[in-house]
Amino acid sequence: MELLYSSCVGLLVACGVFLILRARTFPVVLGLTMLSYAVNLFLFASGRLTMNKAAVLGFSDGYADPLPQALVLTAIVIGFAMTAFVVILAIRGRADLGNDHVNGSEVQVASRNVGSQRKEQSKA
Amino acid sequence: MTLLWIPLLSLLGSLLSSFTGKLSRNHSTAVTLLAPGLALALACYMAPEVFANEQLRTTIEWIPLLGLELSFRLDGLSLLFVFLILGIGILVIFYARYYLSSNDSMPKLYAYLMLFMTAMLGIVMSNNVLQLWLFWELTSISSFLLISYWWHKSEARKGAKMALAITGGGGLALLAGLLLLGDIVGSYDLDIILASRELIQAHDLYELALILVLLGAFTKSAQFPFHFWLPHAMAAPTPVSAYLHSATMVKAGIFLLARFYPALAGTEIWFILVGLTGLVTLLVGAYIALFKHDLKGLLAFSTISHLGLITLLLGLDTELATVAAIFHIINHATFKASLFMATGIIDHETGTRDMRKLNGMWRFMPYTATLAMVAAAAMAGVPLLNGFLSKEMFFAETLHQQLLGSMSWLIPILATIAGAFSVAYSARFIHDVFFNGDPVGLPKEPHEAPRYMRVPIEVLVALCLIVGMFPGFIVSDILNVASAAVLGGEPPQFKIAIWHGFNLPLLMSGIAVCGGLLIYTQRRYLFTFQASLPPLNAKKGFEHVMYRVVSWSRARIDAIENGSLQRYLMLMLLVVLLSAGWPLFEMTQLVGENKPTPIDVHNAIGAGLLMIGAIGTVIWHRTRMVALLMISVVGLMVAVAFTRFSAPDLALTQLTVEVVTIILLMLALFFLPQRTPKESSSVRVLRDLGIASAIGVIVGSICYALITRPLSSISDFFLANAKTGGGGTNVVNVILVDFRGFDTLGEITVLGIAALGIYKLLINLPLFMPGSDSEGRPWARERYPILLASISQSLLPLALLVSVYIFLRGHNLPGGGFIAGLVTAIAFILQYIAHGSNWISERFTLNYRKIIASGIAIAMISGLGSWAFDRPFLTSWFDYFDLPVIGEIELASALVFDLGVYITVVGATLMILASLGKLTANAPKEEVNI
Repeated sequence: MELLYSSCVGLLVACGVFLILRARTFPVVLGLTMLSYAVNLFLFASGRLTMNKAAVLGFSDGYADPLPQALVLTAIVIGFAMTAFVVILAIRGRADLGNDHVNGSEVQVASRNVGSQRKEQSKA
Repeated sequence: MTLLWIPLLSLLGSLLSSFTGKLSRNHSTAVTLLAPGLALALACYMAPEVFANEQLRTTIEWIPLLGLELSFRLDGLSLLFVFLILGIGILVIFYARYYLSSNDSMPKLYAYLMLFMTAMLGIVMSNNVLQLWLFWELTSISSFLLISYWWHKSEARKGAKMALAITGGGGLALLAGLLLLGDIVGSYDLDIILASRELIQAHDLYELALILVLLGAFTKSAQFPFHFWLPHAMAAPTPVSAYLHSATMVKAGIFLLARFYPALAGTEIWFILVGLTGLVTLLVGAYIALFKHDLKGLLAFSTISHLGLITLLLGLDTELATVAAIFHIINHATFKASLFMATGIIDHETGTRDMRKLNGMWRFMPYTATLAMVAAAAMAGVPLLNGFLSKEMFFAETLHQQLLGSMSWLIPILATIAGAFSVAYSARFIHDVFFNGDPVGLPKEPHEAPRYMRVPIEVLVALCLIVGMFPGFIVSDILNVASAAVLGGEPPQFKIAIWHGFNLPLLMSGIAVCGGLLIYTQRRYLFTFQASLPPLNAKKGFEHVMYRVVSWSRARIDAIENGSLQRYLMLMLLVVLLSAGWPLFEMTQLVGENKPTPIDVHNAIGAGLLMIGAIGTVIWHRTRMVALLMISVVGLMVAVAFTRFSAPDLALTQLTVEVVTIILLMLALFFLPQRTPKESSSVRVLRDLGIASAIGVIVGSICYALITRPLSSISDFFLANAKTGGGGTNVVNVILVDFRGFDTLGEITVLGIAALGIYKLLINLPLFMPGSDSEGRPWARERYPILLASISQSLLPLALLVSVYIFLRGHNLPGGGFIAGLVTAIAFILQYIAHGSNWISERFTLNYRKIIASGIAIAMISGLGSWAFDRPFLTSWFDYFDLPVIGEIELASALVFDLGVYITVVGATLMILASLGKLTANAPKEEVNI
């Protein structure tokens, strides 16, 4: 069981990381969502895996660890707020820059030319 | 506590004076003088205690565990500097009133001057070395502002930058040195550091710490080879030079040497470093000063030379040398400040400071000339003036040292030569400016300065005379306590007198005066020789070095930071990979000692679906709709996993959040480009797959290692106290609203901030609105399906009822504010989907910003309520009541807190989705497709 659970967490992390390395904003948002699933599952598992022992007093003999659950509960909601913020940022970026590339421009950024651009900007 | 008021008053004065722009010049000056005047009175009031050899202290604790505190002290040395800083500060403020022209902003200069005064007071009164350092850097910054006061002049900006770079850089070295000292001693308390002389000097890092501290002191006090910033700082207005560059800031380095004298001095390396630096600075400064045609340039190099003299005295291994050093600090401050002010008058009334043009000023301004000549004579060390006394002591002490071993006899000779040069440049100051024929091509017709502009100079010159003629009268007390503070214990017996009989120091003085006059009369030859030397421009060299440093760093930055966020992310992930992966290889066994639980068929199916969903998202990530469906499968499976592993609250939250997230992402798809082009080359895909798999493997392994090991948790406390202390049986909810209520308060605040940020981001958004889908088919005209509209309308009350139920039972059974809030939000969003936002806004006026604010306010107030009962913030209260018909019910203050959470979640979620959704409703009809 533990092995299967950990494999799922690992797979979610791998898929999330692959997606956030993509060049367009939507896959990156998907990747972040995926990563937050993985993080929540990971944190939740720090209370170990128990079945039929919900942390509601009086319904079972032993109880699952309630602390990670409380932490993860708020993490889920905050994770939603963060995803929403990133999505809106992506929309705003697309609207202001005219494209949805994470670097803000369609053309491949060649190394060094950004530095010279910055210099020109500071001069201006 | 009274102690604290001295720096505090001057800080308040800085604020106050910056608001005097509307007042007349006299009123503005009067208001500004208020604070330092009061502070000086306070210092005088406390002085008798200090004279009785007591040390006053005030400490306000801030973070005691880290040794951080606001701590002030007033001992003899501090008191001496406080008098100098406040006394000369008051004179300078008064003088500046007449110096500034009507175009210059007086409040600006006054505010900066007072800020600088605060910083200096902070340095000399700090009893904590980190605090001392903070004020130290504040002097660098405020002096930057003061030097660049005439910011429209290029030399002012350059001079300010140079001063900041040198003194600020030295400040960083000082910080490193102080941190080392704090580390050696184990405390940043100055008292403890000063008392730990043996410990510090026996430590291996003593030399390093000493060098770093000395770097700070030498850069600040313009010691060779860091002296070159001071002449360029002369671009500042003359009152600033009189204050910073003669009396106070440049003395901060000297103060530092004196302050740490008890802890750091007494070793061979101290005497070599401090003594030799002082000696070289003394000679270099005195020599160059003679050749400066600019009056302020001459004074700047003369200041460098005198600072060298004081440093040399502190580097001589006798107690009397230290006394002489402190005496000279006072004397130099008085005569140099008055000379700067006199220079300011000359500059003001003639329009130039060039000594080749200024001649014969005696005829035009006899009164100022007399004052300046007395001060210059004090600088030269003429008898009956204060400069003579300390110079005499200096000559005497050079005879009693072994700094250079068998070659120590050189020092008195070099000191006499430096003395001769100092006489020569003083003579030049007097003779060139006030006599020596007629002025050449002055921009203005010179005349005497306004009456009151001369008052500060008169005060200082009077001090020079009184100290010079009756030395025991004013200075001996303060000199005694200040020396006692530096030497740590009883001050040596000394007697300052004008006449000690015919002795060697007197002979040296005589030689210096005659030699100086000789040098001055024969200066023609020296000037010709000096002109034949290759010119040495410190500013050019400094700028060249700065340019090289900046371009080197820029090249390094460009190499790392090329503008590609993808690349930065990859680099960061690689760092994660290394730092998280490394410890795993040092672990002997991954699997822990817990007995593994068997896999049952339900779990296997769930895991399989989750994996398919995750992999599917990756495979079809460019086909947006499919990817979205795939990721929703993952989300649902996560919710199922929470259900399976005894976390019903999490499952409910995950399920509702999942619904909201997918709706949000579908809305977002409308605004994002419909096609995701294939861009990544196969090599890049392979590389990313490699990084992703490696990180996945590592996180999975850590997770496995974690959950197969036994658990030791603090949760038993929560389980035991949830019912008795929090009044609820759903422990997760009790933790959220009670035990860790403060965290939750923070979290809903973050939620509210995120929603507000989104609201702000969507204002004035230029829209890209596709009129058709990716295959070019136009959108359906039927915007709101009638079936959904009617069903959703009848569902709304039901959904709200459910959410109320979930909310109310949350304290005892799975549910609570977060989940109920999400359910309510979903019910409303369904209305938006079914009817459009125009329909909604016709029926409800919902201001989501106010809803969020009221939610956080309710949560806050429920926490503050416990203060009314003298309990800590967010202490909860509950009790049971017997109501007729309904039976026993529980009322808990935590419910009010949860209500705040509920309202915030509803407001934030709706704000996010509704503001985005509303954009489509108001969209222009024409097709803007890309």
